[in-house]
Amino acid sequence: MVLVYTEINKNRVKKSSLECVQYASKIAALTGGGVTALVNQASAEHLEELGKAGATAILNMNNESLNADHMLSCAAVEQAVKQCGAKVIVFAFDIAGKAIAPRLSARLKAGLVAGAIDYPVVNGSTFEVKKNVFSGKANAIYTIHSEVKIISLLPNSFPVVLGENKATIQDFQPDLSAVKSRITIKETKSNATGGMVPLPEAELVVSAGRGMKGPENWGMIEELANSLGATTACSRPVADLHWRPHHEHVGQTGVAIRPNLYIAVGISGAIQHLAGVNGSKTIVVINNDKEAPFFKSADYGILGDAFTVIPKLTEAIKKFKANQN
Amino acid sequence: MKILVAISNVPDTTTKIQFSDNNTKFNAAGVTFIINPYDEWYALVRALELKEANLAEKVTLIHVGLPDGDATIRKGLALGADDAVRIDAEGPDSFFVADQIAAYAKEKGYELILTGKETINYNGSSVAGMIAGVLDYPLISLATKLDIAGGKLTAEHDVDGGSRVVECELPAVISCAKGMAEQRIPNMRGIMAARTKPLEVVKPINSPEVSGPLTSVKSFDLNPGRTSCKMLGEDQMDELVKLLHTEAKVI
Repeated sequence: MVLVYTEINKNRVKKSSLECVQYASKIAALTGGGVTALVNQASAEHLEELGKAGATAILNMNNESLNADHMLSCAAVEQAVKQCGAKVIVFAFDIAGKAIAPRLSARLKAGLVAGAIDYPVVNGSTFEVKKNVFSGKANAIYTIHSEVKIISLLPNSFPVVLGENKATIQDFQPDLSAVKSRITIKETKSNATGGMVPLPEAELVVSAGRGMKGPENWGMIEELANSLGATTACSRPVADLHWRPHHEHVGQTGVAIRPNLYIAVGISGAIQHLAGVNGSKTIVVINNDKEAPFFKSADYGILGDAFTVIPKLTEAIKKFKANQN
Repeated sequence: MKILVAISNVPDTTTKIQFSDNNTKFNAAGVTFIINPYDEWYALVRALELKEANLAEKVTLIHVGLPDGDATIRKGLALGADDAVRIDAEGPDSFFVADQIAAYAKEKGYELILTGKETINYNGSSVAGMIAGVLDYPLISLATKLDIAGGKLTAEHDVDGGSRVVECELPAVISCAKGMAEQRIPNMRGIMAARTKPLEVVKPINSPEVSGPLTSVKSFDLNPGRTSCKMLGEDQMDELVKLLHTEAKVI
């Protein structure tokens, strides 16, 4: 049995969770058994979606306090592991997965591969999983030696394709009375994203750097992003100068992303920036400096002035979209 | 209160990565090693700031690794840590490292354990959570602010779509991200003082519950990266859109 930790955010099943369920169903096909999704406070619609992603069973919890401390959610996962006899546990390598999976690994003494990018290779008793190392410059194949195995999957590793599968649903009430949370929430702040897809989940990203000369020039970046349905991002200097909010900063110290399309405008391509975006499937670089190192790491390059190129590109995309409809 | 800061010894960010022994080992020949940037800029510097504000008595560095990491540990001492301990073992994986740090922290009574949000070599973001799991301590993951008042921690950390301000009882483990502190450059006085600061070398413990490593690396391979960039002119935007649609298939 493969157990998947899934989450609901803003009243929808997170894309990374659906991806993990689908990933787990491939693992179940290799190791035998079904896929159990663990979820908290899911609606009928959420449960249906988890089934379509490949869950054969769903343990649906109803516990408001679970989200307050990862120590609680970890205890819930631990009890779900026992209940369904899971031998493989899958998380997304996201904010919750980075907190819960290592704690679970330590508690169960179960080997963890954090940030997997491919399906495990199972051969008899050997179980191998590939992940990015050296900030995307290389990959490593890990062998997990323990009987119970934990994998956290790097989001956007696989496209999500929903099928027609239906899961059996069970209410699940983990007993958390023995867990003493020592964290109290004082305040919750939301990033102002203006309805855009959150960066870690975005398939299309338009990112801009100091080449834009000032925050007053971001209108055309937003317009380009709008034309594509993309999420906006920025380089580190732009966030440090407070031209853009910190949650938009992509790169080694900011958010690491791997969208299908990354358009970088006026970003030179420092190695620290590349470390956060080099997993993108296609990279377009727009820069007026032909020596910008980013061109070496791009699929398509436009040598030109952003202030001329961006409106033209936006126009071309609008025309393309209009012709498609 | 004593703070334990876990530091990793990693190849400098600009290193050209190479492997040896039939792609089973990282080739360290000619490589400059540094303190893992997140451990240094955020965890260590914030720990030093808390000590300077008289909110902590002592800042100790801990590193799990072989003697070739001593130079990196000395850099941390030069930045201002009081002393350091090296667990003399080459960790096969993050659980081994976390287990060693947890055992030391517990034995010596460290109430606050700080790490960076991830290492730039293995990118696992796992050690802090594993230490918290071994010791049954709370973890504040991806913290961007950290303060101590009235024997409690106040921290801000990232959550999906925003952030949260939390209060947390000690003892606790914190993984530190950008925002917590600013990078410092060691001064000459710090560098001189680091030479004589205590660096204790201790043998690893044998975890009674684990007979061997939970995971190990079988092999590495390099990501080839992008080899050629198709250049287009300013007036070829329709062409670019067409390529993104038909060739790259991303729109």
